[in-house]
Amino acid sequence: MAAKKTTKKKSTKSTATKDYASAEVNKQLSAEDKVELYRKLVRIRRFEQFSLKEYNGGKMGGFLHLYIGQEAVAVGAVSLMGDNDHVITAYRDHGHALAVGMGMNECMAELYGKITGCSKGKGGSMHYFAPDKNYWGGHGIVGGQTPLGTGLAYGLKYKGLKGCALTFLGDGAVNQGAFHESLNIAALFELPVVFIIENNGYSMGTSQVRSSAHPEEGLAARAEAYDMDWDVCMGENLYEVRAHVWEAMKRAHEKSKPTILEIKTYRYYGHSVADANAKKYRTKEEIEKYQRDHDPLKVWQAVLEGEGVLTSEQAAEIDSAAKEEAKAAVEFAEESPYPEISDISTDIYWELDNDTEASKQGTILFD
Amino acid sequence: MRELSYRHALREGLDEELTRDENVVIMGEEVAQYNGAYKVTEGLWEKWGCKRIVDTPISEAGFMGMGIGASMLGIRPVMELMFWSFHSVAFDQLVNNAANVRYMSGGLINCPIVVRGPANGGTGVGATHSHTPEGLFAAFPGLKVCSPATPADAKGLIKSAIRDNDPVYFMESTLLYGNVGPVPDPEDGDFVIPLGLADCKREGSDITLVAHGASVLQALEAAEKLAEEHNISAEVIDLRSIRPLDEEAILNSVRKTHRIVVVDESKPFCGVSAMITAIVQEKAFDDLDAPVLRVNTIDAPAIYSPGIEKEQLPNARRIVEKVLTIA
Ligand SMILES: Cc1ncc(C[n+]2csc(CCOP(=O)(O)OP(=O)(O)O)c2C)c(N)n1
Ligand SMILES: [Mg+2]
Repeated sequence: MAAKKTTKKKSTKSTATKDYASAEVNKQLSAEDKVELYRKLVRIRRFEQFSLKEYNGGKMGGFLHLYIGQEAVAVGAVSLMGDNDHVITAYRDHGHALAVGMGMNECMAELYGKITGCSKGKGGSMHYFAPDKNYWGGHGIVGGQTPLGTGLAYGLKYKGLKGCALTFLGDGAVNQGAFHESLNIAALFELPVVFIIENNGYSMGTSQVRSSAHPEEGLAARAEAYDMDWDVCMGENLYEVRAHVWEAMKRAHEKSKPTILEIKTYRYYGHSVADANAKKYRTKEEIEKYQRDHDPLKVWQAVLEGEGVLTSEQAAEIDSAAKEEAKAAVEFAEESPYPEISDISTDIYWELDNDTEASKQGTILFD
Repeated sequence: MRELSYRHALREGLDEELTRDENVVIMGEEVAQYNGAYKVTEGLWEKWGCKRIVDTPISEAGFMGMGIGASMLGIRPVMELMFWSFHSVAFDQLVNNAANVRYMSGGLINCPIVVRGPANGGTGVGATHSHTPEGLFAAFPGLKVCSPATPADAKGLIKSAIRDNDPVYFMESTLLYGNVGPVPDPEDGDFVIPLGLADCKREGSDITLVAHGASVLQALEAAEKLAEEHNISAEVIDLRSIRPLDEEAILNSVRKTHRIVVVDESKPFCGVSAMITAIVQEKAFDDLDAPVLRVNTIDAPAIYSPGIEKEQLPNARRIVEKVLTIA
């Protein structure tokens, strides 16, 4: 019988007790940077709370997958991005969108399905995009974004750019075939991709233990099978998130090697707002425990107040500014028009939209 | 007659088949403990337990293929796709394995599987979640496809689908689940509707409207308007099943009305409506007094915007306008 492999590829630098504040990448943060990160967390939360209210008021269609509770993951990871770093995620995409700098107006208008939305009202909540900000969506099919993230990394490597593709997915998405195929390709081709599993413990109403067979160490440890580096951390403290994401990004930038990083986090609301069972598959106490002891906004506020870079008055100001901004975004969305019927037929083909010679031969859209 | 919702009627059909045949297994994401994303399987896990009602990981290619494999051994899996839109990640299993295994084995193997779930637009979930693939799958010989519009049809057809010895892809609609309608009482006997049998949902003499699934309701609404506002008597033929297709029901109606508009939520290119149009002109050309026309979803990916999504889909207004061009 073959001996059990003992050399693990897990990043050894991290331990639970580590002083993340003094990690190189965090020491570089100025007081303003830190406050700015706080503002980002708060803006995501307020944006989503306002969108929730309007969703419940019947202003939007379909699904609204709230990111509330997980904010530090997107904000922390995105805060490390340079010009050649890219990000792609699933349908729980508002947090990443605001983190990369998309405006509340265009994001709120998209939820309303208005022509002023980031996708002209064509994509909706699950399908935000901002390629100008290296943000490649917003993807509705579970796991479907993981090969795309691998492809972004391929493109970077092909062009000889020192960057990486931060590819987010959920703990349920790890069971999609496309993800496993991506892992093999990323490891085999040595692609600069960082797969970030946002493990919020549930895929819809299914807890992680009911959906995934995996080594004791966690979901990321599946990387062992692909001889890939992997790491696990908590997602409530920005310092910790940034320290671990940076290790993986450095591996991508410097060695062109992929990583799976599992970040433990929690969502406060149902899977989508329309999750009828939101309170059935987990206890009220469990949710309250996270809100009380592990809330990323509270944690960061406490860190900054402890360091003396933020006062509670300033925090309150940031909060009320975020509320005002979200309120204005709702007004903007309300006042914006819907797309016209003719808009249904644009943005399908590049050639057609650009009225090229190629678009004039043959029928391409049918009555 | 007693009234049931579409979802309840489906559930009753599933429950009766679970009772009748111990090899029937229901499988899919959130079908058991969560009671189904759209509550079709509500209460079944509690009643039948983990062996018969199985929650799966989000691994459609894996569990669809597993169901197909198990069916080769005589299990009768009823697989739920939370949305039919998610078929794409399991496409190889659904078209290469399920559709071809009988043929490639020279008839030695069969695949009595049912894949069911909603396939519709109109609920603000955008292009990735609004596919209507009935024409796509009906294009593969070896597969059967049905799409019921009413609670009774849903129950009668799901029972037939489960008993059928071939793969049946059963397409429902999230917009229909809550609709209520008469469904025969189980005490009055085993209620099954054979695949391949269309149903005339409204008789008429001036024009035939052919539809399936949720479009049947749009066609009925249009027929009502045509009668009230334009004095046109429209007959509405509900296909119920796409493959096998009740050609005779369509042709007989056309022979009577001499005009036909096909209403189909799938796209115009190579869809169900295109197939029916071809059949009608091939087999009832001399009976036609006007070209065969169609009302489809406007040929574009599904737009999200709740403000105009319904305009992209076939609706009563668009059907009436189309009818008025030939009647
Ligand atoms: C291929 C596919 N199957 C099923 C779904 C329906 N669905 C959407 S989200 C989801 C759960 C995903 O959970 P997870 O990956 O943990 O992400 P989270 O929602 O927790 O962010 C499911 C089953 C889908 N969108 N795509
Ligand atoms: Mg999850």
